[in-house]
Order: sequence, then C-alpha cells, then structure tokens
Amino acid sequence: MSNNKWLIAAWTISIILILPAVFLLLQSTGSDTPLFEHLWATVLSEYIVNTIQIVVLVLLFSAFFALPSAWLIAMCDFPGRRYFQWLLMLPLAMPAYVVAYIYTDLFDFAGPIQRTMRALFQSDVAVGQHWFFEIRNVPGAALMLALVLYPYLYLIARTAFMEQGSHLFQVSRSLGQKPWQSFRRIAMPLCRPAIVVGLMFIGAEALGDFATVHYFAVNTLTTAVYDSWLGHGSLSAAAKISILMLIGVMGILAIERWQRGRQRFYHKYTGQNALFKLTGWRATSAVIYCFSLVFSGFILPVVILLSYAIDYASLNTDGQLGRVLLQTVWLALLAALITTALAVLFSFTTRVSSSASGALPTKLSSMSYMMPSTVLAIAVLIPMTLFENSFNDFWVAIGYQAPGLFLSGTTFALVFAFVARFQAVANGTIEASFLAVSPSLDMASKSLGKTDSQMLRLIHLPLIKKSVFTAMLLVFIECMKELPAALLLRPFNFDTLATFVYQYVSDEQLEQAAFAAILIVLAGLYPVMRLTQTGEKSI
Amino acid sequence: MSHKVLGFLTLLAFAPQVNAASPEVNVYSYRQPFLIKPITTAFTEKTGIKVNILYAKQGIAEKLEREGKYSPADMVLTSDFNRLLEITQKGLTQANHDVQLIQAIPKQYRANDGHWFALTTRARALYVSKSRVEANDQITYEDLATGLFKGRICIRSGKHPYNISLIASMIAHHGEQQTKIWLTGLKDNLARKPQGNDRGQVKAIKEGVCDIALGNSYYYGKMLQNKEQKQWADAVNIVFPNQNDRGVHINISGMALAKYAPNKQNAEKLMAFLSDEEAQSMYSALNMEYPVNPAVEPSEMVKSWGEFKSDTLPLSEMVKHRKTAYKLLDEVKFDL
Repeated sequence: MSNNKWLIAAWTISIILILPAVFLLLQSTGSDTPLFEHLWATVLSEYIVNTIQIVVLVLLFSAFFALPSAWLIAMCDFPGRRYFQWLLMLPLAMPAYVVAYIYTDLFDFAGPIQRTMRALFQSDVAVGQHWFFEIRNVPGAALMLALVLYPYLYLIARTAFMEQGSHLFQVSRSLGQKPWQSFRRIAMPLCRPAIVVGLMFIGAEALGDFATVHYFAVNTLTTAVYDSWLGHGSLSAAAKISILMLIGVMGILAIERWQRGRQRFYHKYTGQNALFKLTGWRATSAVIYCFSLVFSGFILPVVILLSYAIDYASLNTDGQLGRVLLQTVWLALLAALITTALAVLFSFTTRVSSSASGALPTKLSSMSYMMPSTVLAIAVLIPMTLFENSFNDFWVAIGYQAPGLFLSGTTFALVFAFVARFQAVANGTIEASFLAVSPSLDMASKSLGKTDSQMLRLIHLPLIKKSVFTAMLLVFIECMKELPAALLLRPFNFDTLATFVYQYVSDEQLEQAAFAAILIVLAGLYPVMRLTQTGEKSI
Repeated sequence: MSHKVLGFLTLLAFAPQVNAASPEVNVYSYRQPFLIKPITTAFTEKTGIKVNILYAKQGIAEKLEREGKYSPADMVLTSDFNRLLEITQKGLTQANHDVQLIQAIPKQYRANDGHWFALTTRARALYVSKSRVEANDQITYEDLATGLFKGRICIRSGKHPYNISLIASMIAHHGEQQTKIWLTGLKDNLARKPQGNDRGQVKAIKEGVCDIALGNSYYYGKMLQNKEQKQWADAVNIVFPNQNDRGVHINISGMALAKYAPNKQNAEKLMAFLSDEEAQSMYSALNMEYPVNPAVEPSEMVKSWGEFKSDTLPLSEMVKHRKTAYKLLDEVKFDL
C-alpha cells in the first residue's frame, strides 16, 4: 500500500468515528444564552472548581499509587513481587460505581466503621451531637476514582520502566546519584511520554465520570451537562459545555507537548534487567505498599461483594446471568479487537505520512473519549438514525418492506459507541509505543526495499506487540464496565453485566446484583493475568 | 480489512432479530425491569404476547425522538409525571381511546386527549424519627423551612424528579419568590448536603444524623420487607403533611402509547391489562404504590399507613413549573 492508501483508510474511518461529535455540534447551534447566563451566574463556577479539584486529586492520588508500585515491580526484587506485578492490576477490573457504593456503605455516618467508632469512643454523647466525618465529598470521590483508575498508569509506567532497562539507572548510581535522584533525573524524564498517556486516560475517565461523583453528591461540569440537557432540555447548552471541557483538556495536552518540546526518546531495552534486591525494612515497606493498594482496590470490595452475594443468594438464581456474561464478553472482545486494529492503522499512518496532517486521524478519533458517555450515546444515534430513516424511506419508495432500525436497533450501535469512546485508549497506548521505535529502523527497512505493509508486519508489530496486548486488555476491560452508552444503545432483552448490575445499583440495591458485579470482575481477571504473563516472558 | 467487515456482518446476524411471527410488544421503560417483571409475566401468560423491555434511567425520550417513525417502541413506562409529559409534549406519543382503559382510570389521572395515563400514585411523605419528633399530622412542607427544624432535615438531591415535582407544586401554590425563600430556608435546615436516595435518608434518621426526611411513600413498605432495612423503617413514622390545608403532594407512575408503535394492538392490550384489577393490585402488593383504578383496594400494608388527603392540583399545572424549579435550585445552590 502506498502512503495515500493508508491515509485514505485512516481518514475515512476517523471521520466516521467523529461523526457523532460533528452532528452534536451541528445540533448545538441553537441559542441558549439565557440558560448559559443562568448557569454562569449561579452554579457553574463551583462546578468548574469541583471538576478541577476532582481531576487534579485523582491524578495526584493515582500517581502516588501507581508510580512507586510500578517502579518497585520493574526495578526491584522483593517477596511476592511475582504476584504483585499482576495483583496490582486487579482494581482495574472493578467498576468505580461499585467501589464507591461499597465504601460509602462502609464509611458513611450510618456505616459499620463510624457506628463502631461511636460505640467505642462516644457512647456517652447524645444522639445528633456525635462528631462524624463525611466521605461523600471531593477528596472522597477522588480517592474512589483513583483506587480503580491507578492501574492505567501502573501498567503503562511499569512497561516503560522495564523497557528503559536498569543499566541507565546503574550508570547514574555509579556517577554518584542517590536512588531517589536517579529516579527523578533519569527514570522519570525518560518515561514522561508514557506517564502523560497514563495520566491522560485517568484524567479523561475522572472528567467524564458521572455515576461516582453523583453518588458522592459532588457536582461537576458533567453534572452541568446532564442538567442542561435532561433538566433544562437544552441539548445545545449541554453540547457547548462538553465542548468547553474538550477545549480545556486539549489545552492542557498542548501545553504538555509544547513543554516537552522536541525531545524524543528512542530507547528500547530488551535485555535482562538486573533487579535491585530489597531486604529488611525496605522489602517490608514495599510489600505493605503494594498489598494495601491491592487490598483496598480489590480484595476488600470483592469480599464484601461475596458477602452480599451469599446473603442474597436466593435472588441470583434466575439463570439468565450466564447468557448476559457471554454477551458482554463477546461484545467487549469484538470492540477491543476493532479498536486496537484501528489504533495500529492510525498510528502507522501518522508514522509513514510525510505531512503533518497524517497525525490528524489519531487525534480526531480520540476526541469522543472526552464526551460524557450518555451524551455520546445520543450523539451516536443522531447520524445513525438519520441514515437509517433515509434508507428505510428509500426502501419503501422502491416497493420493499422497511427493514427497520438495522443499526441503532441492534448490537451494531453498541459496538460502534464502544469503539468511538475507547479509540482514545487504544490510540494512546499504541501511539506511545510507536514513538519509542527508532525512525532509523524505518529507514533501514525502506533502504532494503520493503513496502510499508511489510515494514508494519515485520518490524513494527513485533516491536510494539506488548502495547497491542495492553491496548486490547484496556479496551476490553473498559467495555466490560461501560455503562451509560450500553444502557441507551442496547437492543431489547439484551443486557451487559454492567447494565444488569446498574438496574439494582440505581435503586441503591447493589446487594441484589452482587453476583453479577463479581462476574464483571472475574471476566476482567483472566485478561489481566494473561497480559502480565505475556509481558513477563518477553523480557 | 475484510475480516472487520466480516465481523460486522456476523454481528448483524447475531443481533436479536424482531420476529414478526410471534406476537410481542416493545416497551421503553424508565422503571427498573425487576419492578414490572412479575406484572408483564402475568400478561404474557394470559395473552401469549411477549413483552420486550428496554430500561434506561435517562435519555429514553431523546432516543425515541431520534428513532422517528421506524422506532420499534410500542409504549413507554415512566416513574414520574415530568418524564411522561415530556414525551407527550415532544410529540412522541399517540392517543389511546380504549374504552376499558378509560373506564379503569379516573379522569384526573389521564390526559383528556388520551396521550398519557397514570398507573399508580405515591405520596411525597415525611419520615420522622419515632424517638425525637412528636408524632402529629400537623406538619406541613412549609414548616420544613422554619426554625423548628434547624439542622434536623435530610433529603436526596433537589434535582431528582421526585423533588423537582414537589418544588414545582410549591411554585404552583405559592409563586416563584415564596418558593425560593422556602428553598433557602429548607437548605439552611439541612443536617448534611443533599445525597443518597430516599431510603438513605431514613437510614440517616435511624443513625441520628437527622430527625426528619422527605421520601416517597412506597419506600416505607419496601424497607419493612427488607431484612436489613427493616430496622431503619422501624425507627421512623411515616407522616402525610399538609393534612389541614391542601393535602400531601402526589406523583404518579404512568404510561403512553408510542407514536409509531409497530405493534399497536398488542400495546393497547398491555395498557388495558396494566390498568386492570389484577395488575393494579400487583402494583400495590409488590411495589407498595396506590392503584389509580378506584375498584382496586391498596394492599393491606399500604392501607395500614392510613388514609390521607391529597393535593388536588392538576398534574399538568404542576409540570409547567418544572424548569423554574430547576432554576431556583441552581439559584439557592441547593445541592452544593
């Protein structure tokens, strides 16, 4: 294939993926100045502050959780390391709204923790006069989100630390740098592109989250989007706020790119890393650090889910869960395959294209990620139903029976929405690893007379193999958990595990769907373990 | 790329196909399927018509609007009146003049033009602490904003449809200015910022966070039937406010026939069934709501909460003030 063919394919697909956003924009041209002014005069400034606080706190918490653990796993040897390297990924399989539900149940005023504390320390205080702490606030919500989102950064940073190899670090140490200095001055800057990608995922997830912050009674810009659209009935104001959020995010990313400047790091170490053996209190702290993450992000929630499931066992026996599980896995797998294949196409096109516009398909196709999921679902419906309605009209006009809604009424709409939403996840992962492949390899390949497709197949794909797996895993797990789009776009009598769980969670009755929630987690476990094993073998 | 095309084709082949041979009816529902499943199962057993349900909490009206005339939806179920009127106002419904339906549902609980029908009613009641609030039926919604309840009230988000309806009814009775003052007073009296659901407020009363909370009447029955939540319900009395003036605020759950219903006759059968005695008494027995069909008695449990006087403000009057209610909530920063 010549450059042009790659470009045409990448452009066509990315335009199809961005169509929902474009149609939403077109729909949003109506006037809504009064509503906008009203929001601005009343609540919007506080929403913005809350949003920034949430995103910044989630990023900080996630970095605090993920970077030390990734570094420990990649560079050090300590008891249990072999298990922790995949155990640390497990919280990713846990939907944030489930964790939020469980922890508020545990920690709010009426929960067992505060009840016990009152009984122990304040038994003589009159009812209503007790001191209590509030978990439903901004830091609480940020902590919950970080607890299940940090594995993004952990996964990416761990791979980056590994690929960077330990010899640079050893050189740095031999030149008199302390471990912390080496970490800060060598490891961190080299991994910066990867860390930024990880943080970008986490930031976007935090920004677009509605279920968790809503559960924590924290109002953010996403609240404003839902309010303007579903409360004030203005899709155009909702679209405008979404676009403002998008501009904000792109601004931050642009600043980061500008600040990174023209630095490029082409380095890939594939030799055997010499692990730094931790002993004594260092080893103990490493174990405690990693274990507390796994415990709070995974073990404790799962144990509580199990206890719910046992308590309410009789309610879980209607036999449809097996089918729901299969449907969900199949759907998530399909979306993951498509998304990853497209990401490779986009990133490769960027690489082989001689003009700067070659990078646009990647950027365009990543944009839907910033849209709140319910808004994306409706945005997907706009072009899709327009097309279907004209198609039906045409079919009827030429004398056939109308075929009905063959796209939006079937699982096609779901897969499309999943791909549109999570393309950014795959793009980010694959783009970062393409960046680490030195361009000199391309030149060598060209000078040896290989075509572009041969280069992709023989040179790039083997080199970025790990990232391809990573991308598939991430998208798969995201699709397993994805809720708002799945709720609106699924066909009749079709449930994913997430929608099944949600009908109970929306009534604050997670207990009754605990078993299904466990299945979401279980379905995520296998790919997580499988992936870390693959990663391990290749070094 | 061909394997991807193949993938999509397989996808279409696997997608659940609408089978014209067996009779069925397609329902878009704002109500959780587990609430209505027993009732639709009874319908299927009786008529042989299969009921397909698509549940979502938000966006059904928007989806229906986008799908247009090829929409598979035959009817819509909602859990409050605002949503019901929203779909009729968007022109997404058609009239149903079924005689049986009209006879079953009293005039104030259906549209004159047959575009919407209520199925059940529920009161926006007060849950008050048994030990810390003296039981009386003199309390009014207006009292909640007075100094009497300083720091003693719990409530879910003001923007939940149930609260929006109540605030809209306050606007209808007292006007926008007075309602804003009331909302400010109510907010000042809150023990904690609005959060959780109606049951969560009762739980908070039990634990001593607050003494009084707003909640829909049916939650009382649901909590009493739940082994963990029974102790929450046991800590409170349910009180129907404003008994000496206009009566307690009433909301409804309801249904409408979709404009382009492909299985219109089946949908009409289901609508008639839902208003009929069997389904109406199931609603009351299972969901603890009040049947709209006057021929049907509420269940024993629901009856045990006592008779009460209801606000007779027409639902369509109330719903006019819905957007103003949203605006006021923002202005007093109720949820913040």
